[in-house]
Amino acid sequence: MPQKITFQDVIKNKSERRRFWLGLLFVSPWLLGFIFFGIYPLITSFYYSLTRYDLIQSPVFIGFDNYIRTFTRDPRFWTVMFNTAYYVFLSVPLSTIIAFLIANLLNTKTVGRSIFRGIIYIPSIVPAVCTAMIWLFLLNIQYGAVNGILQSLGLRAIPFLSDPVLSKPTLIVIAAWACGGSVVIFLAALQDVPRTLYEAAIVDGANAVQRFFNVTVPMTSPVILFNLIMGFIGAWQEFTLPWLLTGGGPAASTEFYALHLYRNAFQNLRMGNASALAWILFIIIIIFTVVLFRTSARWVYYSGGDR
Amino acid sequence: MIPSPAQTLKAHQEATFNYRHYRATRIFRSILKYAVLIILSLSFLFPLYWMVVTALKDDPQVYTLPPILIPNPVHWENFIKGWTFRYNFTQFAINSIFRYGLPVTVFTVISSVISAYGFSRLRWWGRDFLFLLCMGTMMLPWQVTMVPLFITYKKLGWLNSYLPLVVPSLFGAPYFIFLLRQFFLGLPEELSDAARIDGASELEILLRIILPLSVPAMAVVALFRFLGAWNDYLGPLIYANREDLFTLAVGLHRLNIAATSMGTTGNAQPYLMAVSTIVTMPVILLFFFAQRTFIEGISMTGLKG
Repeated sequence: MPQKITFQDVIKNKSERRRFWLGLLFVSPWLLGFIFFGIYPLITSFYYSLTRYDLIQSPVFIGFDNYIRTFTRDPRFWTVMFNTAYYVFLSVPLSTIIAFLIANLLNTKTVGRSIFRGIIYIPSIVPAVCTAMIWLFLLNIQYGAVNGILQSLGLRAIPFLSDPVLSKPTLIVIAAWACGGSVVIFLAALQDVPRTLYEAAIVDGANAVQRFFNVTVPMTSPVILFNLIMGFIGAWQEFTLPWLLTGGGPAASTEFYALHLYRNAFQNLRMGNASALAWILFIIIIIFTVVLFRTSARWVYYSGGDR
Repeated sequence: MIPSPAQTLKAHQEATFNYRHYRATRIFRSILKYAVLIILSLSFLFPLYWMVVTALKDDPQVYTLPPILIPNPVHWENFIKGWTFRYNFTQFAINSIFRYGLPVTVFTVISSVISAYGFSRLRWWGRDFLFLLCMGTMMLPWQVTMVPLFITYKKLGWLNSYLPLVVPSLFGAPYFIFLLRQFFLGLPEELSDAARIDGASELEILLRIILPLSVPAMAVVALFRFLGAWNDYLGPLIYANREDLFTLAVGLHRLNIAATSMGTTGNAQPYLMAVSTIVTMPVILLFFFAQRTFIEGISMTGLKG
């Protein structure tokens, strides 16, 4: 094992110093980007969140007014929070479970596995705008194919995207249609589970359900955790699909956080308020990720020893 | 020797094993599995099938009940008419590919490879800390940096150009740096050591030894980055929102607005689906030609997290 390099080494040792600068030189593309497109906007964004700024007149410092206003006087904020939480807490677990089950199905001895895998995967790489166009057309109340089939069967047409109660579940289903990326990840993880564990479980008399919950799930739990975290982070920021499918409607039932923020910034030109919203979102995401990581110690199994 | 409980159990199972029953359940399960898989596949494919089919219909066929599954006659000309009837989609395609997709892809690969090399093949003080920071930025929502960056680009006069979309790709992307770093870490250290003894500089080692071995990983980055640009809607919406600058994604949305206002007349829906098909096709073709790269790449990102 190579020794850990200390800061003392860098000061005293000439070759260590050289290596330090060489290392920095190599990562400098990222480092400069981190400063220009990460740290700098992060700090200025916090400053803007403490101001009133409409892009035309210079920013006016107003302290924490934007935050207070958001929590107490923004009539949309709590609706938006509810909508987003609804979407995040249903869509992400649902997509993950569906993807995991499909992956398990494909992980058995299957003729044409790569064809099935390809078919399930393709919707996830279809451009979001095309996804929106397809589903808008499919679910259209007057001439959509889904309602066409329902009507042909003598049923009534369902206003999937134009009913405030149905709009969010519909978006969740459309999001689940694009769960193929997770399926591929899970499938790769499942193939890494040692066969001997299943054999041992069979010898011990475990049935299929027991094997699933006592071998499959624990052995793939790090990947499940990773998927959940990335899914949650992405879902809190979901913009394109609701923007194109419903534009936040009907009756603001799909007005998600990112839409509300976008409107504040680019339609109402309230840059200060939008920055405050962005910071609130950032803090929510940090708390979320930390909580998931903390609780994960209880249900995630790391085969590489004590984590 | 006394048999272990497991052996006893196995012996018991073997003694009571009903071969007929076993085979019947196995066949039943197999049928059930394929039935589920086929139904799943059909429902995943149907929306795409419907897009293509609608693109080939004319208005009367589109609005017939019950829905027509196979168009007759087939209107291939929809692809050409839809492409030009309202907007000049050739211009949008040029924008998507040459002003956005390709430059961003090339720059991302180069800058991410260099950064990932520094994060993996060199040992220096502070490396792991900086890498942790790099990973941390993936948690940063784009909304947080959106406002200040927009204001900065406005001051620089970069609005309504591709600069705000392309320039950041010169500075590496954490996600791809992570991916490439994982790949570089998997290459044997002896390769670099041998070259170092021969007096090669780190840049030479990167170019002559690491790069030729990393083509698969770089293909993954290039593929995903290009698809990201091709599929991106929000970026061009904010920064390139002028008709001569529209990407295919933004143009398609504009076409949808136009088509919605036309309702069920003028072949609006078939044209819209025809353009959607043209925008989706390259992605699907890319998947068929680079299936292994896709699958390996996506497995790589999820597994070693």
